[in-house]
Amino acid sequence: MTVPRYKARVLVRLRPSVLDPAGEATRGAAERLGVEGISKLRIGKAIELELEASDADEARRRLELLSDRLLANPVIEDWSLELQDS
Amino acid sequence: MSIGVLVFPGSNCDRDVQWATEGCLGMSTRRIWHEETDLSGLDAVVLPGGFSYGDYLRCGAIARFAPALESLLGFAAAGGRVLGSCNGFQVLTELGLLPGALTRNRALHFICEDAPLQVVSSRTPWLKQYGTDTALSLPIAHGEGRYQCSDETLKQLQDADAIALRYRHNPNGSVGDIAGITNNVGNVLGLMPHPERACDPAIGGTDGRVLLQGLLS
Repeated sequence: MTVPRYKARVLVRLRPSVLDPAGEATRGAAERLGVEGISKLRIGKAIELELEASDADEARRRLELLSDRLLANPVIEDWSLELQDS
Repeated sequence: MSIGVLVFPGSNCDRDVQWATEGCLGMSTRRIWHEETDLSGLDAVVLPGGFSYGDYLRCGAIARFAPALESLLGFAAAGGRVLGSCNGFQVLTELGLLPGALTRNRALHFICEDAPLQVVSSRTPWLKQYGTDTALSLPIAHGEGRYQCSDETLKQLQDADAIALRYRHNPNGSVGDIAGITNNVGNVLGLMPHPERACDPAIGGTDGRVLLQGLLS
């Protein structure tokens, strides 16, 4: 019996209350490129993972621990998890 | 009486700290590789500046899982003095020994200059010798030194008299002009400035000497 494999993507975003100077600088560059109308630009991270786990619940449990304790810092960041069968 | 300086892959102020504590101030100091777990015989531990693990993911995020830091939690809980400067401060917040987080400077620039500071609290042994409201100047050198915390945490810091140092001219956008904080007990201090770069008269000011003497006083 093979262990199920899962693909996941964790999206890490700065909390809305946290200033994102890099996002603001990029928004300024968008204007210089001539792309108009961008009123908000904030930069986050996407972390792509593959893992083996007994079932989807177990995969989700591990990924939630990982996201909360390592991939994101809850003081300044929020995260969300997308999980799919491989 | 002895000081330990933790060394992570990517630390670059560990030798400067040792030069300051041992070379300038005559305090016995040894450097400790991050994979060591034995902190016995030490009275104080310094987490130096640099770019531990290349600052991958977030500054200090990977260093906080180093074996030496597991021991550091017990060391701090037992009352041992812990000083984190610059990257060391970032590691202490990631580790949870100090609240808040350090984020990208407001103006994005890496700032390398002398920062005028004010002693906010002289409650702890680190700053007792300076006295409250004393002005001092220490070098800063960071790209991610903007102290960030919730309003609730900021209030807790104020109520606990745990804000140690403020910038007199906020260089990076830190909440409340915060340059350094302590834990409630006062044995753990984290600050973005580099006291070890202000100990040798040959390279500038000596305002950092008293703070580093607080490691063993």
